[in-house]
Amino acid sequence: MGLKQNLHKLKEKYAGTKMAPAFNAIHTFLYMPNETTRSGSHIRAADDLKRVMNTVIMALVPVLIFGIFNTGYQHYAAFDESMRLAPLQNFFTWDNFMLGLWTVLPLVLVSYGVGLAIEFVFAVINKHEVEEGYLVTGMLVPLIVPVDIPLWMLAIAVAFGVIIGKEVFGGTGMNFLNPALTIRAFLFFAYPTWMSGDKVWVHGAQEMAGQPDAISGETILGSLAQNQEVVYSLSDMFFGFIPGSIGETSTFLILLGGLFLIFTKVGSWRIMLSSVLGVLAMGLIFNSVVNAGWITPGSNFYSLMSTPFWQHLLLGGMAFGIVYMATDPVTAAQTNKGKWIYGFFIGFISIMIRVFNPAYPEGVMLAILFMNVFAPTIDHYVVKGNINKRLKRLKVKTA
Amino acid sequence: MALLSRKERNLVLDPLTDDNPITVQVLGICSALAITAELKASVVMAVSVIAVLAVGNVVISLLRNVIPNKIRIIVQLVVIAALVILVDLILKAFAFELSKQLSVFIGLIITNCIIMGRFEAFALGNNPWHSFLDGIGNAGGYGLILIIVGFFRELLGFGTLFGYKVLGDPIEKTGLYALGYENNGFMVLSPMALIVIGIIIWVQRIKNKELIED
Repeated sequence: MGLKQNLHKLKEKYAGTKMAPAFNAIHTFLYMPNETTRSGSHIRAADDLKRVMNTVIMALVPVLIFGIFNTGYQHYAAFDESMRLAPLQNFFTWDNFMLGLWTVLPLVLVSYGVGLAIEFVFAVINKHEVEEGYLVTGMLVPLIVPVDIPLWMLAIAVAFGVIIGKEVFGGTGMNFLNPALTIRAFLFFAYPTWMSGDKVWVHGAQEMAGQPDAISGETILGSLAQNQEVVYSLSDMFFGFIPGSIGETSTFLILLGGLFLIFTKVGSWRIMLSSVLGVLAMGLIFNSVVNAGWITPGSNFYSLMSTPFWQHLLLGGMAFGIVYMATDPVTAAQTNKGKWIYGFFIGFISIMIRVFNPAYPEGVMLAILFMNVFAPTIDHYVVKGNINKRLKRLKVKTA
Repeated sequence: MALLSRKERNLVLDPLTDDNPITVQVLGICSALAITAELKASVVMAVSVIAVLAVGNVVISLLRNVIPNKIRIIVQLVVIAALVILVDLILKAFAFELSKQLSVFIGLIITNCIIMGRFEAFALGNNPWHSFLDGIGNAGGYGLILIIVGFFRELLGFGTLFGYKVLGDPIEKTGLYALGYENNGFMVLSPMALIVIGIIIWVQRIKNKELIED
């Protein structure tokens, strides 16, 4: 008798008891449930919540692996600048991987451990199923934080994000803010010294600050906000050999993940495309302001404003936010027309925050949270507009 | 012999818990968000509001039969304003530093909806003694929440209580800070006051299901 049969038997034993939701969650995670509904009419479809979430996780795995290598690479390259001359040869090395794994794995474990523990407790108390939603959130969280964030801070932020961002509203599907971004926003406002500056993006930089062999690594956005020279080439930016939050650096892999999500119809191409358009639109506006000569090189905003409009897509968490965060089916707009508006403003506002507020070089997080709040309003007016249009048509016919 | 009858005791005790002005009636939220970053300010605010509301309730109750109905709001405003100015002047005279810190918020007690609400709902229809108890109870319930919120915000946001460094020194890295603990900067910002009050409301409603609105 295999594990599967044992689990099926145990399930009958647990049925109706207090811990049933917790047990069912483990069971569903491991195997296909052995029960089928017997009455009523059904739509047979393969895309249940479990599969949708797993698809997103699959799209995230390459980004995570790249992030692990990049963590090691940034650390060693900070000591030996010559490594940056040939990033490809020096990137996929055993040393990079081990150091990265040692740093990133605890973050993943804490994120899943704390988050799932809270989900289980709430499921048992409220007697509902443990939903699969946190599987994706738990994977996203380590990818959007700086490498050296202390684990207890991450644990507090995860607890805050899951409880206040999600469970108080009724769990997966009821939250109006993206939980992963709520967690990051909490960290950002609660512990700003660990979330921005030039000492947090490279593993070890914070510990060695003040010592003679101190290392630092400013993100490109950070350098631009201070009107400093950017040392990374365009291909570095595109393939992701740059400092940044763990998973956000490689635009190339994110692009592949995005195509995978579009191909499997899990992510909305409307949101992704319209966000890109929003970024380009705002970037073009800033570029033309610079070209018109209204902003001189002495201005605080000069470097960010004069960045070619399409490069904004390669910088910071823009690509990651568009592909994995903005498309969250729960918090995004639901109507097709609404998705265009929602996505466009995410891109538009992100670049606006990025350029005008050097204290928040990463505007994507705030822009997505902001539009999350407005998504229901957008949907409301799209639906209302449609009703009005059809009412008018009806009147014309009857008149 | 009991000092207070059952009804009188309920006048004081109900607003502290199941009829709390902030968490149940949802009044006076604005000042609860604005001045609760430090415990000291919360306590002073609580005491000031208790003084204003208790005395104000008595005054309005004494005048309740002579106030013309049409101009009662303006009369109430005059009473509140007079009392608030009194509190403000007393603070300026005896606790100048604190009064500077609280600055405009003492003056803004005038706009605290709890006070006007109790005048309207209670003092205009009850005798002075009951009105006095009602004022103590409601302002006490308001102050209680203020102090709870202030306690958590100051402890987690600054690591202090009444200005004493209870968790150690963040700069010299003593106490908890030696272990790598850091103050939570989010606690100092007002959104966190809203969330703390939200959590209090949540916990209260878990304990007493009757409070849950549809």
